[in-house]
Amino acid sequence: MTNDTAAQSEALAPIMTARGVDVFYGKKQAIKKVSLDIPENQITALIGPSGCGKSTFLRCFNRMNDTIESCRVTGDIQFAGQDIYDQKVDVVALRSRIGMVFQKANPFPKSIFDNVAYGPRIHSLSESKEHLEDIVITSLRRAGLYDEVSDRLNEPGTSLSGGQQQRLCIARAIAVDPQIILMDEPCSALDPIATAIIENLMDSMKEKYTIVIVTHSMQQAARVSQQTAFFHLGELVESGDTETIFTNPAQERTQNYISGRIG
Amino acid sequence: MPDYLLTTSPQMAKRHKRHTRFQWYGRIAIAVSISFMLLMFVAIFTRGAGAFQKTMIGVDVEFAESVIDPQGTRAEMTLKQGNYKPLILAGLQEVIPGATDRRARNDLYKLVSGGAAFDLGERVAAKPNMIGTTQRVWIAASSEVDLYIKGKIDGDSDEAVRRLKDQDIAWINQLKNEGRVKKKFNRVFFTSGDSRAPEMAGILSAALGSFFSLLVCFLIAFPLGILTAVYLEEYARKTRLTNLIEVNINNLAAVPSIVFGLLGLAVFLNFFNLPRSTPLVGGMVLALMTLPTIIIASRSILRSIPQSTRDAAMGLGASKTQTTFHHVVPLAMPGMLTGTILGMARALGETAPLLMIGMVAFIVDVPKGITDVATSLPVQIFLWADSPEKGFVELTSAAIMVLLVFLVLMNLFAVYLRRRLERRW
Amino acid sequence: MPSSRDFTLRRSNRRNQIKEYVIQAVLIACSFVAIFTTIGIVASLAFEAFNFFKKIPLTEFLFGLEWSPQTALRSDQVGASGKFGVLPLLSGTLLISFIAMCVATPLGILSAVYLAEFAKPKTRNLIKPMLELLAGIPTVVYGFFAALVVAPIIRGMGSGAGFQISSESALAAGLVMGIMLVPFISSLSDDVINAVPQALRDASYGMGATETETITKVVLPAATPGIIGSLLLAISRAIGETMIVVMAAGLAANLTANPFEAVTTMTVQIVTLLTGDQEFDSAKTLAAFAIALFLLVLTLGLNIIALRIVDKYKQKYA
Repeated sequence: MTNDTAAQSEALAPIMTARGVDVFYGKKQAIKKVSLDIPENQITALIGPSGCGKSTFLRCFNRMNDTIESCRVTGDIQFAGQDIYDQKVDVVALRSRIGMVFQKANPFPKSIFDNVAYGPRIHSLSESKEHLEDIVITSLRRAGLYDEVSDRLNEPGTSLSGGQQQRLCIARAIAVDPQIILMDEPCSALDPIATAIIENLMDSMKEKYTIVIVTHSMQQAARVSQQTAFFHLGELVESGDTETIFTNPAQERTQNYISGRIG
Repeated sequence: MPDYLLTTSPQMAKRHKRHTRFQWYGRIAIAVSISFMLLMFVAIFTRGAGAFQKTMIGVDVEFAESVIDPQGTRAEMTLKQGNYKPLILAGLQEVIPGATDRRARNDLYKLVSGGAAFDLGERVAAKPNMIGTTQRVWIAASSEVDLYIKGKIDGDSDEAVRRLKDQDIAWINQLKNEGRVKKKFNRVFFTSGDSRAPEMAGILSAALGSFFSLLVCFLIAFPLGILTAVYLEEYARKTRLTNLIEVNINNLAAVPSIVFGLLGLAVFLNFFNLPRSTPLVGGMVLALMTLPTIIIASRSILRSIPQSTRDAAMGLGASKTQTTFHHVVPLAMPGMLTGTILGMARALGETAPLLMIGMVAFIVDVPKGITDVATSLPVQIFLWADSPEKGFVELTSAAIMVLLVFLVLMNLFAVYLRRRLERRW
Repeated sequence: MPSSRDFTLRRSNRRNQIKEYVIQAVLIACSFVAIFTTIGIVASLAFEAFNFFKKIPLTEFLFGLEWSPQTALRSDQVGASGKFGVLPLLSGTLLISFIAMCVATPLGILSAVYLAEFAKPKTRNLIKPMLELLAGIPTVVYGFFAALVVAPIIRGMGSGAGFQISSESALAAGLVMGIMLVPFISSLSDDVINAVPQALRDASYGMGATETETITKVVLPAATPGIIGSLLLAISRAIGETMIVVMAAGLAANLTANPFEAVTTMTVQIVTLLTGDQEFDSAKTLAAFAIALFLLVLTLGLNIIALRIVDKYKQKYA
């Protein structure tokens, strides 16, 4: 299987490309000249020790860094052939194409239904009430949550368990029908069972979506991803096929991290 | 790939427009509040600025011994109480010879302040050798004349609606043409008490009343406030009693100030029979009112003192009291003082509770202590604002300006103390 | 050598211990002053109000539609004393408070949203103290401004539009009071909005919501309980406010909802009844205490509810 995917990834044009990306917080440089391709309909894992800049880099893809006053991004990031930092690009459009799931589940203090319906409502994606319900149910199904909550869609999203909340957030992201879903350590606050459910979910989601996941767990990266990029001290040390990175890394620093000597 | 287009669609443009509009709502809301405040300041300052000057009329007065001191005793009382009115009138008549009949003389004399004769008496008593000479003395004009000179009465308006008649205005202009009208700094405003006549009224007694009240307030509220805060933060365990005290303090902070006035009336005046209308009672009422503010502020300061300070002292074997009063309280002192001053600034502007305990009186004499009958600056403002004479509008505005200056000074002092506190950490 | 050093852990110095106890007792005594103040307020108001209700029945006070204490001739003539129905005063108080809140609510909340979400730190540091300045201006100043400037303007505008507005209209007092209340609402709402976790905003931005959508659909709904608390506190202020209404509202106890008419308030009547010459036992003076008790119950009730709501809200996002 691994050889197949490797061949596939070379065949597919990347949906996202980053070239020479620098990120500064004030005067401090958090990301140094990173170039990376994100292949379509695959899961790309960004790994590295904490503070290595992988989350910062992830947040460049949907310009979430714009919300931080002191943050400055330079370099070139393209989505489907368009520079996303171009003046003409509308972040609203960008973020509706590139969704995000955060480290800690952050459902709105609204009902389960309203949580999922939030995106379709602000983007006016539904033509009717029935259509909206349809979107919500489909999204909850795709997030593997529908069966657990079908009888209590009007209860607050915060009443769910941690793992369910995180899947609710995934459903909420899916409801906007994005091309890419960015996940920032989505399982770090979850127990192993909830984590396994979400990992399986991700595997089924990659048919329809491209996923970029930041994780501090190498096992998770190895389990779910096809592509892996290893970050250290704000630099991209090595990227490529997950299998290759984990079994036969080209760089010594990668080797050290994988074997547990740094990080 | 139309789906992938990242440029702004018409629907998104509408959403962005809504965002811009919403931001403007916020800006407009802030602008409305702040421009209202500026408008208020401008309205008050433009009305009040004139009060710092007053109009004087130069009159050549012949200080005739036969009128002032016929017996030649030169006794102070005689000189002060001498009959100066005809002297002033004679001086005025030199300039305006037409005013000879009784009514005209009366009208003419009304151009000068009702206190002018008394004022001359004071001057002569201070310098008895003036007697026998003829000098040009500058005496205060009446409030109406003062307003006319300052351009606040329109001479062309309907004569029936103003107190200053056309003839009066003609006289004033005549005086003015001879260089006998000038404006000078209004010292009276800062050196005398209240008066029924605007040109003789001042804020000194009110300001001193405020000062004495705040002094009493500080002496009571500051120690009580910080000691309560120290107890609740450093000593008290979480019991139902301390919980009760806490809830109680929070609620006291929200009791309308007028209710504190009623407390003062019922308890301090009627029950303990403390002297009515005095800064003593006023200060006590203000102290009870300010207490919650001081306690709440002091507690948050104490809470911000690092625990390590206490640990260090305790670790050296200091007792609870030593730790608290040798180490924690000194560190918190500037902050607690800041809170107290801010609370006192609020107390300085308080009016309603003082009305209840009778500090709303016509006070001419300057209070000399906390048990003298007194009023306070904001109450004086209230009283003047209520007076029908037009001249008081100017004085009210000027008194507000003085009150605001005191408030600004107190707040600046508090900010200064806070700055010093910040440097410590 | 060992014998010269004392390793005992017994409390050695009795005097020090007594000192600790004394100091603690003084501290406790100080903190009781606050309690005694409350007791004093409640007891004195209740006592005098009780005396009042001996002369005027409670039901007449609470449900009477007329207020005219000035007709009291002699304190011992019970039937001949004036009308003591509190309802016209309550309606006047509520009318002015309502007008004030109509001004203060949108201004306060929009200012808070702007400061918390849109303003750059520099702007915020400039604007916030300026708004808070509004709260530091003595109310007697607002009252003077209302009576001297605002009321004539409103009356002028009314006669320009062809209808009569009283020079002591509820509108003038209410408008000015509304501005005074803005900082009370804005600073507490600002805190409340800032307490909404950033994660919720990120979630909304992450889905492509604009800032305004994030605020109106996520942040404000989440902050609603806290904002309601701040509004209740402001209402409590408005009801207890004295000087603005004493100077800018009237003495006429009209039972009306017309903002262009003159109304009177509870605080105005307390001041009127208790300033000037007074015999302490007359129904007239005692009435002031009954009104004050009513006022206290009203404001404290609002305050307790408001603090509860805010506390609950704070716990939620603590």
